[in-house]
Amino acid sequence: MGKKAPANHLFFTILLLFFIAITVLSFKSVRAQEPTPSDDEVNAIARQMFCPICENTPLDVCPTEACHDWRELIRQMLAQGKTPSEIKQYFVDHYGDRVLSEPPRAGLNWLVYVLPPIAFITGLLLLFRAFRMWKVKSTATFQEEVSASKPAHGNEYATRLEDELRRRN
Amino acid sequence: MLAQFGFGILVVTFLLSLFSTSSAIYGYFSKSDRWVESARRALQLTFPLISLSALGLIYLLATGHYELEYVYSVTNHEMPLYLKITALWGGQAGSLLFWAWLMSAFASAMTLRKWDRDREFLPWVVAVTSLTLAFFLSLIIFFENPFIRLWQTISGEIAAHMFAPAGASLFLPSEGRGLNELLRHPGMVFHPPMLYLGFVAFVIPYAFAIAALVTGRTDDRWTRLTRRWTLVAWLFLSIGLVLGMRWAYDVLGWGGYWGWDPVEIAALMPWLASTPFLHSVMIQEKRGMLKQWNMLLIILTYSLVIFGTFLTRSGVLSSVHAFAQSAIGPMFFIFIGITFIISISLLIYRWNDLRAEVEMKSLLSREALFLLNNLLFLGVLIVCFWGVIFPLISEIVTGQKITVGPPFYLRATGPLWGALMALMGIAPLSAWGYSTLKTIGRAIWKPTIPTLLVPFVLIVLNVRNWIALLGFTLVAFVVFVTLYEFWRGVSARRKTQGENFLIALVRLTRRNRRRYGGYIIHVAMVVMAIGILGIEVFQTQTQQTLAVGQDMQISGYTLQYDSLAQFPYVDGRQVTRAVLSVYKDGKYLGDLYPRYDLFPDGQPMTIPAIRSTLADDLYVVLVNWENISINETPFKVYHNPLVNWLWIGSAIFVLGYLVSAWPEAETM
Repeated sequence: MGKKAPANHLFFTILLLFFIAITVLSFKSVRAQEPTPSDDEVNAIARQMFCPICENTPLDVCPTEACHDWRELIRQMLAQGKTPSEIKQYFVDHYGDRVLSEPPRAGLNWLVYVLPPIAFITGLLLLFRAFRMWKVKSTATFQEEVSASKPAHGNEYATRLEDELRRRN
Repeated sequence: MLAQFGFGILVVTFLLSLFSTSSAIYGYFSKSDRWVESARRALQLTFPLISLSALGLIYLLATGHYELEYVYSVTNHEMPLYLKITALWGGQAGSLLFWAWLMSAFASAMTLRKWDRDREFLPWVVAVTSLTLAFFLSLIIFFENPFIRLWQTISGEIAAHMFAPAGASLFLPSEGRGLNELLRHPGMVFHPPMLYLGFVAFVIPYAFAIAALVTGRTDDRWTRLTRRWTLVAWLFLSIGLVLGMRWAYDVLGWGGYWGWDPVEIAALMPWLASTPFLHSVMIQEKRGMLKQWNMLLIILTYSLVIFGTFLTRSGVLSSVHAFAQSAIGPMFFIFIGITFIISISLLIYRWNDLRAEVEMKSLLSREALFLLNNLLFLGVLIVCFWGVIFPLISEIVTGQKITVGPPFYLRATGPLWGALMALMGIAPLSAWGYSTLKTIGRAIWKPTIPTLLVPFVLIVLNVRNWIALLGFTLVAFVVFVTLYEFWRGVSARRKTQGENFLIALVRLTRRNRRRYGGYIIHVAMVVMAIGILGIEVFQTQTQQTLAVGQDMQISGYTLQYDSLAQFPYVDGRQVTRAVLSVYKDGKYLGDLYPRYDLFPDGQPMTIPAIRSTLADDLYVVLVNWENISINETPFKVYHNPLVNWLWIGSAIFVLGYLVSAWPEAETM
């Protein structure tokens, strides 16, 4: 028992020093961020976020007390030296993905990003396919029609314009 | 008494609409003109009847009958008369009645036209219109009745019922809650009627389309008959959207005009389906093509009109659970589902009859480019639709709601808008029927030369953002192509007719209003794009807390904080107003007065101060959520370059529309 006492002592001394070091370091990091993060720095992050209550109002312009508190929390975290992505992750961990202005690219959310381009490209391909079919179908009458509606240029433009206007009337 | 009368009239009109639907269908199948005529007259009657009901509600709103739950919730004594009247569309129940009122006006007007040449369309046009009207009236009568009154039961509870519960007496509150202050802005007074007018007017071309599908008269007659209806609907929808943007800019205090909010997108979606329809319907009329496609687009437009109303009225945007709990949500859902399935089934049934009379020959012909334009618009529509419904799908599948916000929409739709602008430049230069790179190249080089100067000038002016460089170049391209098109037309007339420039210009435009009005609308769109590019690419903002006497800088401007005053206004609100002097390069430009109003009912409202010029807007907000004092006043300032061009473009749009839609008297 008598031998154990200095070991305990040493352990507690190290622990105390460790805590003092952490306190000093965190104090230093606060000092390093001085002056307090500006509203613009806070808003730069808040602009990319939405609170779960105020639907569709970005956090930087939301006038509610809750959103004010969130912005203050962002300010504190910036003062602690946290990066924007760490701050956003903090809010995601506590309130879910909906705080972000767009869903994270994971799981089901991929559908948000993938489906519109797939639909558009499919539409484009279908359009080209339809064009090709039309072209094949109309080859027989192609030459005949072309000679009837020759590309207009120069003085022919005037004739075409008058022709179109006449047809309207 | 008036409340029961107004409600009773609605019930009668509902029954009349159902009668109109059923007798029109019966008349069609039994080939009885008398039944069809009876249906037409019944539909005609709906407008005067709903007018009585709506005017009754307006009277109750204007005279402060707070025993009506609706009047109590949207008016109070302090509101001026015009706001009490416009409170008709300030709440859910009233706005549905207003929707039905406008719908009946269009339906009645439509029945008054001469039907001699198109008698076969009549039963189905009447049936579809009256059924849509009956649906909205059923929502009002059974779920969102604006004539419901407040009753005090024996136990002392206040309950809302149409008719007196046993032993209850009418409850008369001495004051109403009043309309939300944010809605007391001219933009919001006129925005909903414009939007609703646009929405309901699209029911008419849809009804004609269904009539064409059922009767098998699938030539371009239905599109010609509904051209003006479609244009009117499109105009109102467009103006409604712009007014909504202006309201957001002036009232919401976040420095922008469009937040990609699902409610905004709900109004945009019918516009995104109807704009390609306006284009492709021209191909059907000129070339006998795309008949199936046009049917699909008008069905889509109608469905999106109902879907947009559903999104904003059912509570589904808050949560899928709110939708399930709301009374009207499932009703809307069922109606949209049934009408969409029936419409598409009819389209499939007539698919072969709707085949094109001629085939498309060239990838660069005007009709091919129009089709590409259609695809791009639908691309934007898909992005919007998916962005709005995905959070709901996520909530159903994972139980978690997610936000699909502005960055997604900007990134996904930006290239599509850019491509549409490029097409606006190229398409007018291609010919109907047949065009090649050579023929377009021959026409395009002239407007391209001045266009190419634009990026050089911008680079000299130190613009380095590639989106801005590309965007402004496309704007210039469309403007130069349009000018070139006018110049080509005028020169041709001068040569062939010997007219002077002005007469040639007027006659050219008058003889093909749709084409040249359309060109003016193209210019309007790219002028609006200048404003959009300005704010999206170059907007800067800062938030600073100042003491009186201090100043702040933004984008070359200096704003000096001069004074702060707090005073009561005659209507009871407490006004906090700051005065800032604006300087640029040391020169005094004027004062700005950002305000924060606190209304007696505790509702706050931030009123931004805006200094607006053609070059930029300086937009100052008194940040109301912070503690405001003379020594610590938080300001948020936005510098919005070129945003005014958005509103100027809107005015040009109306001008282009008037040119395009003006009745062509000389051709009659």
